[in-house]
Amino acid sequence: MLRYLVIRLLQGILVLFLISILTFGLLKAAPGSPVDLLVGTARVTQEARDNLTAKWGLDRPVHEQYLTWIGNVLQGDFGESISRSGTPVTQVIAEAIPYTLALNVMAITLAIAIAIPLGILAAYRRNSVLDYVTTATSTLGVAVPNYWIGILGIILFASILGWLPTYGASNGWRSYVLPVAVLAFEEMAALIRVTRGATLEALSSDHVQTARAKGLREKVVMTRHVVRNAMLPIVTVLGYRIAFILSGTIVIETVFSFPGIGRLFSNSLFSLDYQVVQALVLLLATIVVIGNLLTDLTYALIDPRIRIS
Amino acid sequence: MTFPTSSDQRPAASGAVASDPMLADAAPSAGDAGRLARGVDGHQSEWKRRWRRFRAYPPAVPALAFIILLVITAILAPVIAPHEPLDNNLRLRGDGPSSGYWLGNDANGRDMLSRLLYGTRIALLVGIGATTIAVTIGVLVGASSGYFGGWVDLVLSRLVDSLMAFPTIALLLVLAAVLSPSIPLVVLIIGFSVWASYARVVRAEVLSLKQRDFVLAAEASGATSWRIIVRHIIPNVVGVVIVLWSLAVGGVIIYESALSFLGLGVQPPNPSWGRMLADGRDYIREYPHIMIAPGIFITVTVLAFNLLGEGLRDAFDPRGRR
Repeated sequence: MLRYLVIRLLQGILVLFLISILTFGLLKAAPGSPVDLLVGTARVTQEARDNLTAKWGLDRPVHEQYLTWIGNVLQGDFGESISRSGTPVTQVIAEAIPYTLALNVMAITLAIAIAIPLGILAAYRRNSVLDYVTTATSTLGVAVPNYWIGILGIILFASILGWLPTYGASNGWRSYVLPVAVLAFEEMAALIRVTRGATLEALSSDHVQTARAKGLREKVVMTRHVVRNAMLPIVTVLGYRIAFILSGTIVIETVFSFPGIGRLFSNSLFSLDYQVVQALVLLLATIVVIGNLLTDLTYALIDPRIRIS
Repeated sequence: MTFPTSSDQRPAASGAVASDPMLADAAPSAGDAGRLARGVDGHQSEWKRRWRRFRAYPPAVPALAFIILLVITAILAPVIAPHEPLDNNLRLRGDGPSSGYWLGNDANGRDMLSRLLYGTRIALLVGIGATTIAVTIGVLVGASSGYFGGWVDLVLSRLVDSLMAFPTIALLLVLAAVLSPSIPLVVLIIGFSVWASYARVVRAEVLSLKQRDFVLAAEASGATSWRIIVRHIIPNVVGVVIVLWSLAVGGVIIYESALSFLGLGVQPPNPSWGRMLADGRDYIREYPHIMIAPGIFITVTVLAFNLLGEGLRDAFDPRGRR
């Protein structure tokens, strides 16, 4: 188990290292120099530009720039934001994290609270009206673009009815209702499918038949034999979906101008603030890697067969 | 915005098409494709059986019909569209549906219906093109990784891990911002961004195939790696690949629309559905009708491809449960 843990940990670090190179290289290839951004519309001499270039180390070879950057990153220094001059990248990101965290924790909790019971029930009453409605809704939910639902929500609840704000996070809980609902709906659609499938799988297994044959009450069969076995794939899928959830939050925060790291990411990209973009990509990838690692470990703890490979 | 979850990507067809290990020596091409090659009879009955299983999933045939309709629309867009998709008609700015303009006009007075019909071209081009690229890379990487193992597997798997750790939208946005893409470039960007999960599925499939008796038998009888890959492994992953492909197209269409919606995908004035939603977004107070139809087009198209995928899974993998 320890060996497995160490290997997975090393793989995770290697992955983050590769991603840092990939991102750094990509952004270096981007058109437009950060110097242009720093200078803005001001008329400056070539000398001043050269000074800025030298100050930001942009005149040195790319691999040297990378090594300087990654060296600083390893010491927790992500440099300064270019578009918010003088503000450390870590501070810009730290300000945005609580919003994203609150948004996603609420959305995922809501999705789990609805999707898992519904998925189990749909599987238990297979081919009932409830099953058809649930399956149809989740099939539709997977096919609908999340940003479109978001905007329809804005049109209906903010523009027409005036109940909720159109954007931002400055209206207390009201600001959270639409983005949370949209993210939760998207996650729910996926989770219901997984839960229903896992429950059906568990329901048809031999040990459940045995449990029934020996006269256990249906409630006991469901809670102890079916749901318990179905939970493993559900937890796993939830863990592996972290990357999708982060994708969702980038789009939805941008649609709602919600000041979390998702909007920070797209805004920084549009304003060519690659210092922030680099740091955010590393942060997002770290979250995914850690999430996947924890999922693998949970799985390995429960299912010893996994550890061998 | 969801891509198939990992349970959706459960390895499909290999076990489904039971190949008789006893035949492996006599007829090297075990597996379904091999059986097809052996005689017309086998061919017909196998495909008939698949068609029957496909049809048994009620939404599959309507979904297929709808996709054929989309393809025809894309090809015949200039003939079908009632107006020019790029013609501004400022007198009609933001008009609602009317007899001459069934779905109304956008904020530039362009005919919504014509733009949507032309948009089919972009959706299908990007959806099918990018998915084909992604699945092709996925199969090549996954098969080499699974078959050769060792350091090849080690290197390729870390590459796959790295791509999987990138939230797809983040990667797409970075690439699109760096490359400021044309439509063919959007196809390439999405294709090269989403292949990793297919590589994983194909690798797992190949790993399990390698242990199967007919492959071991072929190895024992001295077949070369090349021959084993071409005659035994590939024919047996065809089913999985077809299912993966059809389940992926919908997700890719959503990615394109999201990218275009955020302003980094297909550039104006091209009538991408996502782009139309982005254009309409500035006018949701004045002309909310602009936001309705493009979203419905995206949803129904994605739905059709997803349902087609489900039907194909039934056809190629009878183990799949619904």
